[in-house]
Amino acid sequence: MRDLSYSAVMARRAEIMRKAVGIDYEKFIIDGFAFDYEGMMKEVGYSIEEVRKIQAETCVGNTPLVELKNINKLIRKIAPKGKGARIFLKDEATNPSGSFKDRRAAVSVYHAQKLGYKGVIAATSGNYGAAVASQAAKRGLKCIIVQECYDSHWRGQPEILEKGRACEAYGAEVVQLTVGPELFYYTLVLLEETGYFNASLYSPYAIAGIETLGYEIAEQMLKLTGRFPDAVVVTHAGGGLITGTARGLKKAGAFNTKVIGASVDLRGLHMASDTDFNRKYFTTGHTGFGIPFAVFPDRSDVPKNAARPLRYMDRYVLVTQGEVFYVTEMLAHLEGLQRGPAGNTSLAAAFALALEMDEDQTIVVNETEYTGAGKLPSAQLTFAKKMGMIVKRGHPIFEDKPGQVIAIPEHPSQIGVIEYPVEELKKSYLKELIKREGRTQFTEAEWKFLEEDLRATREQIENWIAEIRDKI
Amino acid sequence: MLAKKGDWVQIELTILTPEQRAPQIPEDTKKVPLKARLKGFLVDEVASLGAVVTVRTPSGRLVTGTLVSVNPKYEHDFGEPVPELITIGLELRQILEETAEEKNLGGEM
Repeated sequence: MRDLSYSAVMARRAEIMRKAVGIDYEKFIIDGFAFDYEGMMKEVGYSIEEVRKIQAETCVGNTPLVELKNINKLIRKIAPKGKGARIFLKDEATNPSGSFKDRRAAVSVYHAQKLGYKGVIAATSGNYGAAVASQAAKRGLKCIIVQECYDSHWRGQPEILEKGRACEAYGAEVVQLTVGPELFYYTLVLLEETGYFNASLYSPYAIAGIETLGYEIAEQMLKLTGRFPDAVVVTHAGGGLITGTARGLKKAGAFNTKVIGASVDLRGLHMASDTDFNRKYFTTGHTGFGIPFAVFPDRSDVPKNAARPLRYMDRYVLVTQGEVFYVTEMLAHLEGLQRGPAGNTSLAAAFALALEMDEDQTIVVNETEYTGAGKLPSAQLTFAKKMGMIVKRGHPIFEDKPGQVIAIPEHPSQIGVIEYPVEELKKSYLKELIKREGRTQFTEAEWKFLEEDLRATREQIENWIAEIRDKI
Repeated sequence: MLAKKGDWVQIELTILTPEQRAPQIPEDTKKVPLKARLKGFLVDEVASLGAVVTVRTPSGRLVTGTLVSVNPKYEHDFGEPVPELITIGLELRQILEETAEEKNLGGEM
């Protein structure tokens, strides 16, 4: 009889993972916390050509990229003279299960099938569940999705309930849990029980799956505008979307395109708190994932996370819940595209950024997602009001208070971003690393790894460490 | 409500009691158990709500828990019309259709 206590299962973590992901991560460890990231991506990942072939088999990818002409007209009307970059949107909602997550799932499930696994498991409360379920259906594998869905009163997050329904529509088993990080523990229990493949969001396969998105953006923009975009805005949560998109852009030759991460500002709410759980009206694309996963990517469900946002993020901005709901309405009413809302986080940021960029520049918003019951702004805000939130028209940044007030802009000119300096994320990364390791002396291999993982020089890193040392 | 063998039902089970939970979780979460709900086809001949039953899940697993729903309904919906959202489309269209002249006049009012 297996010992199923929390500590016993967590102690078997490495062994369970090795069986469930089919990667010997030990092989890539160089020294201490340093590991060969590019080596891991190369050896176990797939090339762009292979991924395109795999994705084409299940109708994934090759999504349309459209200019948001009416929104761009609106931007020109309110932007200062000479400003107002043009926004283009990659309509990822046209993937089979309605989001870019199909790209990740396509490669993971293909790989699981190739290795002979009978089924796949994914721990996710997001669109990834539906994506894995859809791909598993297509490839004839069993599928279990584990969601964090309810508070202790069985009040479910409407958006997550909808994603659960979608998984069931593709024939998956859906395990819906109450709040808590032990979602990961229970996923390990299920992996051990079933012997299924862990279709982790953070494996090299999943990230290789997103590279085609960045690659397509570069190709399509070149065709449409004659050059690569000046900026790509990416909704940032776990870091996979920004990592994969940036890698794909580079593989297509778009080295000068700025990669900007955007998250919904939910700072102040505790993600593992039973009471805070239903006081947020975005269940992904927010700071509750965005900041922790940037500063410590290896907190994920695989030993070494292939999503490493600080290697690729040029700038990080936050937007508010009210702004994203507002642009979701804007996208439907002005462009005839009912999408989101979480995927529109990057659109809200792009709108604000377009106002400060030059009129001859271009911005790509790299995703959309399907919408409907549970997901629509009307569903989320009805739920918010039931939970006692104040929903009002007002200044979306000055009046916003996560967990208390959602302020919907009164005018598009109020849409702005809150800057979160990437340097601060890098300092937090170092702070957490030093706490975990209990040292500030690193080996040469570790220094080299840090330079890559933080995209910084050794001198910069040494200065940051000197700055934060007193606070640790 | 009675459920019979083969019915599509939902069960509830406790995964970790408050004492068994992870050490790092916040105080409010620590007070409550980690529970799960899942759906499957009833294996027992007949059962009423609240009974301990076994189901066969879509992946083929046999799981035992308390019966909480028979033929469970999806309860999430499109929400109510939200006054704070409903006029946004019209407002934006108006800004788009405003000529430069109207904008100036508006500014003087």
